[in-house]
Amino acid sequence: MKKTLITATLYTLITAVILGIGYPLLITGIDHVLFPKQASGELITHNGEVIGSHLIGQTFTGDTYFNSRPSAAGTGYDASSSSGSNYGSTSKVLIDRVQASVTTDQNGSAPVPVDLVTASGSGLDPDISPAAAYYQVPRVAHARHLSESTLTHLIDDHTTQRQFGLLGEPRVNVLDLNLALDNLSTH
Amino acid sequence: MSLNGWLQIALFIALILLLAKPMGSYMTRVFDRRRTWLDPILVPCERLLYRLTGVDPDQEMRWTQYAMAMLVFSAATLVLTYVIERIQQVLPLNPQHLAAVAPDLAFNTAVSFTTNTNWQSYTPETTMSYLTQMLGLATHNFWSAAVGIALAIAFIRGIARREMKTLGNFWVDLTRATLWVLLPICIVFAVTLTSQGVIQNFHPYTTAKLVQPQTITTTGADGKTTTTTVTTQTIAQGPVASQEAIKMLGTNGGGFFNTNSAHPFENPTPLSNFLQMLAIFLIPAGLTVTLGTMVGSPKHGWAVLAAMTILWFCGVFVCYRAEAQPNPLMHNVDQHASLTQSGGNMEGKEVRFGIANSALFATVTTDASCGAVNAMHDSFTPLGGLVPLTNIMLGEIVFGGVGAGLYGMLVFVVISVFIAGLMVGRTPEYLGKKIEAYDVQMSMLYLLIFPLIILGFAAIAVLMPNLGLSALTNHGPHGLSEVLYAYASATGNNGSAFAGLSANTHWYNYSLGFAMFFGRFMMAIPMLAIAGNLAGKKIVPETAGTFPVTTPLFTVLLTSVIVIVGALTFFPALSLGPILEHLLLHAGHTF
Repeated sequence: MKKTLITATLYTLITAVILGIGYPLLITGIDHVLFPKQASGELITHNGEVIGSHLIGQTFTGDTYFNSRPSAAGTGYDASSSSGSNYGSTSKVLIDRVQASVTTDQNGSAPVPVDLVTASGSGLDPDISPAAAYYQVPRVAHARHLSESTLTHLIDDHTTQRQFGLLGEPRVNVLDLNLALDNLSTH
Repeated sequence: MSLNGWLQIALFIALILLLAKPMGSYMTRVFDRRRTWLDPILVPCERLLYRLTGVDPDQEMRWTQYAMAMLVFSAATLVLTYVIERIQQVLPLNPQHLAAVAPDLAFNTAVSFTTNTNWQSYTPETTMSYLTQMLGLATHNFWSAAVGIALAIAFIRGIARREMKTLGNFWVDLTRATLWVLLPICIVFAVTLTSQGVIQNFHPYTTAKLVQPQTITTTGADGKTTTTTVTTQTIAQGPVASQEAIKMLGTNGGGFFNTNSAHPFENPTPLSNFLQMLAIFLIPAGLTVTLGTMVGSPKHGWAVLAAMTILWFCGVFVCYRAEAQPNPLMHNVDQHASLTQSGGNMEGKEVRFGIANSALFATVTTDASCGAVNAMHDSFTPLGGLVPLTNIMLGEIVFGGVGAGLYGMLVFVVISVFIAGLMVGRTPEYLGKKIEAYDVQMSMLYLLIFPLIILGFAAIAVLMPNLGLSALTNHGPHGLSEVLYAYASATGNNGSAFAGLSANTHWYNYSLGFAMFFGRFMMAIPMLAIAGNLAGKKIVPETAGTFPVTTPLFTVLLTSVIVIVGALTFFPALSLGPILEHLLLHAGHTF
C-alpha cells in the first residue's frame, strides 16, 4: 500500500510535467513556426489598432450595416464570456425575444431567415447564412445609397462555400462583409 | 433534412468503420507489448519512467491490486488538481490575475476531471488561469482517458485468459495508453487544429476597438435604466489547441472556453468540427477490434461494433429529424432548409455547422462519454434533446467513452448471454467461459447503481425548491429535463449539460461531485471484479447448444437488451420531461 502510494505520487508529478507543461509548449512551438497567424487568433488590424478577429463576431445593428445574429454572450458578443441563451423551444422568454426581433428586422412581407433572429451557441458566431445576408440587402442599399446589385455581388464575394464542397454550411462572415462595405462607401 | 447533411453523416461513419481495424490492431500490439514502429523513441522513455517511479513492469496484478493502484493514482491526481486550483493566484501563467477557485467549485472540478466527466460548473474565461488549464485540467484529460483504456484492456484480458488470477499491470497499461496511443495522435491533431484557426498562445486577453460602437441600455434591480457605450471587445486567448486535441481524443469534453466546441477559437471550421467528431469515436471503435483480436474472436468484436452502429444511427436519425423541424411557436420566421440556409431550430447553433453537424455532434458526444458540445443542447427541440439524454441514460456504451464505454457494453453482453441462456434453460457461456451467479450479480450491481444515483439525486433536487429548482433557466417540463440531464451527465461521466441550469451552487457542486465519483468508481470496481472472476475460469468446449456471440442474431439480441433495460429504467422520468414537452409544444404552450 505504501509502495503504491509512493509510485502513484511520483507517477503523477512526473507525467504532470510531461503532459501539462512539455506537451503544450511543444505544440506552441510548432504552431508558432507553422501557423503563427492562426495561433494568435487571426486578428485584424487597422491603422495599427486591433479591430477584431476574423473568427469572432461583433454586434452590428441599425440600417447601415449588415446585422449580426442576436448574442447571449455578456451584453452581446462579449468574447471574454461566451454563452448561449440556453432557452428551450417552449420558453416564453425565447418566443417573445424572437417575435420582437422579427418586428425589428422584417422588411415587406417576406419571413425573416431563422438564423437572424436566433442566438448562436457561442454568442460569438462570426457568420450569418447567405439567406440572412440577402434578406438585408434592400435595407442597407437604401441607407447607404448603393444599388442592390452592388450589395448582392459583395455578398457573393464574401460567401464561404462548404469546405471541400461537402462539409458544413455556406456562410457569410459579417465583420469581413461590413469592413468591405465601409471600403465600398469611402471609395 | 438535406441530402448534403446525410452525405456528411455517411462519410463520418464510413471513416470510423474504416479506421476501427488499423486502430484496434495497433492497440492490440501496444497492450500485448509487441513491437510497434514508435518503439525506438518510446521504449527508452517508458523504461526511464518505470525506474523513476519504482514500477516493476513484469509484475502481474490480481483484480484487487489493479483496482487499488487505479484508485490511489486517481486520488493523487485529484489532490494535485485541487491544490493547483486553490493556489493559482500565486502561480505563473495567470495574465488575467484570476483569484483562487472557491473550495466547492475546486472540489467539483477536480472530481469532474479525475472521473473523465469534465462537467464544468465554472466559466473558464473568468475562473481558470492558463497554468490551471494546462497542468490541472488538460493533464487529467490524458490520465483519466488512459485509466479508462487500461480498465477496458484489463476486462478484455479477463475474458481472454484462462485459469489465471491476474489481469496485467496497471502502471504498464496506463503508460502504454498515454505514450503509444494518446500523445502521438494528439501532437498531430493539435497542430492540424491550429491550421484551421484553433488558437495556441499565452498572450493576455486582446482588446479590440469595435467597428460599430454599441449603446447598451440595461435595467437594474431597482428599475432604473442605465445607458453605457461599449467601444471595445475583450477577446480571450490561451493555449487551446493542445487541450482541444486531448479533450476530443480522450472523450473528456471539458472546453477551454465556456461554450466549448461552439466557440470559434475551439472549433473554427467545418473541417475542425469533422475531425473533432472523428476523434471522439476513434479509440472506442478501435477497442471493439482490440476486443475481438485479444479474445481470439474477431467476429465477436465486429458484432459488438455492429450493435453500436445501429444504436448510433437511431440516435442521429431522430435528432437530425427533430432539429430540422420548424418551431411552431415562431411566426413570420423562415425556418425551411434551402440552398442559402440550413433552416430548422437555429437557437443555440452556429451557422457554419448548421443543423446536420449540430445533430451529429450531439449524438456522437453522448454516445461516447465525451460531453463536448458544438451547439447548446438545452435549446434543442424536445425530441432533439431527448436523444443526447437517452444516449447518456443507456450508459454511454454506443461506442462509449475511451475504455469505459467498452466495459459498459461488455456488462450488457454478459446480461445478454445470460438472458439467452435462460431462454433455452442451460448455463450461459461467453466465449467459452461459464457465466455464473457471481458474474450476473456484479453485472446487475453495475446496472442498478447507475439509475439509482441519477434518479435518486434528481428526485431530491426537484423536491427542494431553494436548492434544486432555483437554479433553472427553463420552466415547465423542460425544467425537469435540465435536472435529469445534469445528474445523468455527471453519473455517466459525460459532462455535457442542459446549460441553463446554474450549477455553480453549493448543492449542485457537491451533489454532482458525488454523482460523478460514484458513477466512475462504483461502476469500475464491480466491472474489475467480473474480469478477475472470469480470468480464473476454465474454457468449456463449444457445443451445438452454445449461443454464438458472433452472429447478427447476437447483435439484435444485444441491441434489444440495451434498449429494453434503458427504457424500463428511465421511461417514466423521460415521459415527464422531454416527451411531455414535445406534446405541449405542439399544443402551443409556453412556460
